[in-house]
Amino acid sequence: MTTLVQLLVAAMLVIGGGFALVGAWALVRLPDAMTRLHGPTKAATLGVGAVLIASMLYFWGVRGVPSWHELLITLFLFVTAPVTGFFLAKANMHLSWTASEIPPPPGNGNDWATFGDEPGPGAGPLPARKPGGHGRP
Amino acid sequence: MTPDLILEGAVWLSLGCFGLSLLLCLYRVVFSTALPDRILALDTMTINVIAVFVIVGIAEGTPVYFEAAMLFAMVGFISTVAFAKFLLRGDIIE
Repeated sequence: MTTLVQLLVAAMLVIGGGFALVGAWALVRLPDAMTRLHGPTKAATLGVGAVLIASMLYFWGVRGVPSWHELLITLFLFVTAPVTGFFLAKANMHLSWTASEIPPPPGNGNDWATFGDEPGPGAGPLPARKPGGHGRP
Repeated sequence: MTPDLILEGAVWLSLGCFGLSLLLCLYRVVFSTALPDRILALDTMTINVIAVFVIVGIAEGTPVYFEAAMLFAMVGFISTVAFAKFLLRGDIIE
């Protein structure tokens, strides 16, 4: 039984390392910033997920101590990975696309906040601007 | 080939894989055309470091490293979001 668990842990570790390599290689190899968003998601979910499963199996099957910490890390990574992906994609769009290439925001006559300092109609009063460094030129 | 040896070899192999992918990410941090790209590479580096912590925990047989891994997961997420927000608005807390 312990032998089987040890072999399973070894297989999971190798699979996780392979997926991490694939993700990092995609980060180096893919041509532009938007396509490079695609690669590291594999490393974040499958690579680290396999390593965390390996850790759970090891502490439960070999050491005889059930361990649930890994589930917390998995949950946290799986919840936060889409958020970071969304933020980085939005930063990419608003930094390198022109205003006409980006689809308009919902609502009538609104503008994306990153393309101007004035909020659209219905956005409420403009907060006091800090001097310097606020908004993009 | 005992299972112990196989497990030890797998631990070293996966440590090597994650170390190599850390180096590849570092290359992308240094040589890049777009700023969000570097942030993405830094985020991937924190994720790889989490995996390295967990593997070291397996190799040493202690659950001590989970707290460090958890902290890295949280701080990495927060810093990535803060960097992206700074790029988008030029300010983090408006």
